Amino acid sequence: MSCCFCSLLDELNNFVLCFHAMTSCVNEDGGTSIHGMTVFILACFVGYYVVWKVTPALHAPLMSVTNAISSVIIVGAILATSQNTSDFSRVCGFIAILLASVNIFGGFIVTHRMLDMFRKNR
Amino acid sequence: MIIDILYLVAAVCFIFALRGLSSPKSAFYGNCCGIAGIVLACIATYISLDISNIVLTLVAVAIGAGIGTYIAGNVSMTALPQLVAGFHSLVGLAAVLVAFAAYFAPGSFHLNEIYGICKSSLIEMGLGAAIGAVTFSGAMVAFFKLEGLYKGTLIPAYVNALLLSLLMCVLTYFVTTNSSTAFVVLAIFSFLFGITLIAPIGGADMPVIVSMLNSYSGWAATGIGFTLHSDLLIITGAIVGTSGAILSYIMCKSMNRSLLNVILANGQYGIAAESTDALAKSKSYKNGSAEDIAFLIKNAESVIIVPGYGMATSQAQHALKEMGDVLKKEGRKVRYAIHPVAGRMPGHMNVLLAEANVPYEDVFELDEINRDFASCDVAYVIGANDVTNPAAKYDSSSSIYGMQILEVEKAKTVVFLKRSMGAGYAGVDNELFYAPNTMMLLGDAKKTTEEVIKALQNI
Repeated sequence: MSCCFCSLLDELNNFVLCFHAMTSCVNEDGGTSIHGMTVFILACFVGYYVVWKVTPALHAPLMSVTNAISSVIIVGAILATSQNTSDFSRVCGFIAILLASVNIFGGFIVTHRMLDMFRKNR
Repeated sequence: MIIDILYLVAAVCFIFALRGLSSPKSAFYGNCCGIAGIVLACIATYISLDISNIVLTLVAVAIGAGIGTYIAGNVSMTALPQLVAGFHSLVGLAAVLVAFAAYFAPGSFHLNEIYGICKSSLIEMGLGAAIGAVTFSGAMVAFFKLEGLYKGTLIPAYVNALLLSLLMCVLTYFVTTNSSTAFVVLAIFSFLFGITLIAPIGGADMPVIVSMLNSYSGWAATGIGFTLHSDLLIITGAIVGTSGAILSYIMCKSMNRSLLNVILANGQYGIAAESTDALAKSKSYKNGSAEDIAFLIKNAESVIIVPGYGMATSQAQHALKEMGDVLKKEGRKVRYAIHPVAGRMPGHMNVLLAEANVPYEDVFELDEINRDFASCDVAYVIGANDVTNPAAKYDSSSSIYGMQILEVEKAKTVVFLKRSMGAGYAGVDNELFYAPNTMMLLGDAKKTTEEVIKALQNI
């Protein structure tokens, strides 16, 4: 049993070393890539456990609410529009803000309408 | 510092928004959390900016808000799958636009400008733009299909394989050379790939496709998050991406197919649907009248209603609820059984029944109710076909073989409300139609259900 545990630790150690080797090359430019990867993978796990808890009856509201929150890319669009370096980027940003806010308002309102129906039937 | 904290709080809000959906009661607060999250994220972004172009951004938000509110306020619940597909495409296009903005003005996103944009950023940008573009065009095709404006085209699998490998080449070229032409070409190829990917997929597989596109829209947001070094975008995108992936997994599993199988199905589904029509006409079936069926369900102890896409197209949910109420008044047990892939998106039937005020406790999922069919007197199947087809259990040559079905054939009597005797979307004939304990009631599901109600009240 303890031997098994040791070998597992060894494996883990190897893995961490490998990972470290990999990340140090990525770190040459920017340095944030591995940080982003960490956040990404942990968030995937959070998503996995949270979504399995959703009741199948509410899968439609789940789709529309995830749709609404994925429009958080509006943050990037606002950054793009608010700077003065390139007109092209500003136009792109402007349209992107418009599309994302259609989605945010539309997504949350439609989710609200659906949930309202479920709520009054309980 | 304060900005980062606000972003963190926003991310937590989004997690709570999904966590709330574990029950209808908490879901409402979850939605409020989601709204709070978006508002916080926007506030944080505005704090971090110079004052220069804020008015311009607010104008865009105002226009978008107006359009979004109008669409969401007026859409009917039957058109929900189209709406969701349409919204997915908007996320995709927004992701492409942000990637372009970042590429042509890297300074505003604090991307390293001294030696040009660094390689890892180029990879992230390229991937973000490509996934966004695939989401956009794919969701547009799905939208037109769901809206009934486009039937689908057969596209051989090698075209997709070819386009995908071309995409990879262009992406590699773009990352190594940092050429802006390659970036544009990458986006164009991705748009094309989105179209050829979704175009051949048939109607019955739409729930898988809609959830798959949901997933893609999340990955697109993640790609942009990596580009802009924004943890909030990465977290949100990852959660949305996994959510869509889990939904597609659930849908595929209940059809006993792999995602690859759905994508490579080449639309034998849907397109072949009409061909068995002639064959079906030659066999004999029992055609019931509304009065027969009213008599039958009035004398039944328990009735299980199985809704399908046909209920959605004919908007029969309100009539169905009324029928349920009449039966309940007589002291009959009325329940609803919902197959995971009934309708055109996950949870479609649940929303329609909720719209008609069907009590939440009366609606059951496949696993909860399947064994109760044996003890029920009447299974009232309204606009569903493939999800009840017993061929899925034993006929290994059938295209729906292995799919989990609602075992309506175990009920004492099965009533099918159908538009015509044609086969379902899978193009497979349902032997249950010709079984001795089956009664068919042909016509528009809403009209026939209303006739049954009238007959019930006259008995």
